[in-house]
Amino acid sequence: MLDRRELVKELLVERDGLLVVSGLGAPTYDVAAAGDHPLNFYLWGAMGSAAMIGLGLALARPHARVAVITGDGEMLMGLGSLATIGVKQPHNLVLVVLDNRHYGETGMQASHTNSGIDLTAIAKACRFAEARAISSEAELGGVRRLLHAGAGPIFIQAQVEAENLPRVLPTRDGNEIRVRFMQALAKI
Amino acid sequence: MDPLVDNAATWPDAIYAHFKRAGIRQVGYVPDAGHTRLIQRCIDDPEIADVVLTTEEEGVGLAAGAALGGMRAALLMQSSGVGNCINMFSLIKNCGFPCLVLVTMRGEFGEFNPWQIPMGAITEESFKLAGFLTYRIDHPDDVDDVVGAACDMAFDGNVAIAVLLSQRLIGRKVWSK
Repeated sequence: MLDRRELVKELLVERDGLLVVSGLGAPTYDVAAAGDHPLNFYLWGAMGSAAMIGLGLALARPHARVAVITGDGEMLMGLGSLATIGVKQPHNLVLVVLDNRHYGETGMQASHTNSGIDLTAIAKACRFAEARAISSEAELGGVRRLLHAGAGPIFIQAQVEAENLPRVLPTRDGNEIRVRFMQALAKI
Repeated sequence: MDPLVDNAATWPDAIYAHFKRAGIRQVGYVPDAGHTRLIQRCIDDPEIADVVLTTEEEGVGLAAGAALGGMRAALLMQSSGVGNCINMFSLIKNCGFPCLVLVTMRGEFGEFNPWQIPMGAITEESFKLAGFLTYRIDHPDDVDDVVGAACDMAFDGNVAIAVLLSQRLIGRKVWSK
């Protein structure tokens, strides 16, 4: 099992022009904990939309790399978007699912992945160019290279510990998050 | 595709022309008889990324992501799909994204299918409650003017706006066994 904070930090260090969308709940706190950045689009709601925001952004910015970092519950709510992404085949889009097999934000109830529902297999069936499940630190280097340089669409399911860590809260003001992101994007 | 809908009507071309004028480069849609001609125009245009969705709510995320990346998007859906989007519209409202939705109406004018009526009857109110402005078109002659105004409102006025293409405009769906 991986430590979610260490994993996200490792994936986002020296991120250059990487555009990041974070799913509501713990993934948004994990991305904020790795270091606040204007090119982070933090979600605090609209559950199930993270992957599609990533697709719209990836199509709008074909020369940038887009990483969506979300949780298993958020991904399960937008399963159809995996099929939609599979149709469009965006070469610059990476989905990272931090799979703790639970809904941490609502009291640690079991999610569908806890019953063996296999998100990586679903991503493969949806024609992702690469779909990989990881659970050990030895796999981190390869996944980091994949995220920053692999040909997408890429799906990474990271098995992480089921634990509620201290929350690191970025701004909740959606307008501020949007404007800050767009202003930073205009400079790259 | 529904052969019973009149796809020879040319008003969808006026919508497409405004998409081009406004610089819309992403169009998200769920296959729909009433939007058939417009969808095909978008598919045939290499400058427009046509994104076929599994459910309409995916389109709200798509439009938000496009706007975040500085690209204009439009969503095409049927009135029944509007209900699927409600929570996702919080993304548009909270972040102040522009949003342009073109809706083919069902369940209002001579509808034969009772299952279309509940959502069709509350489509416009649903949009208003979610913070959208709404325009409604009943006559083909109004399509050019109204859709042009909606494009300008969405992207120059930076608002969320839905254009309801009435069932009377689209043509009553002919039901046959």
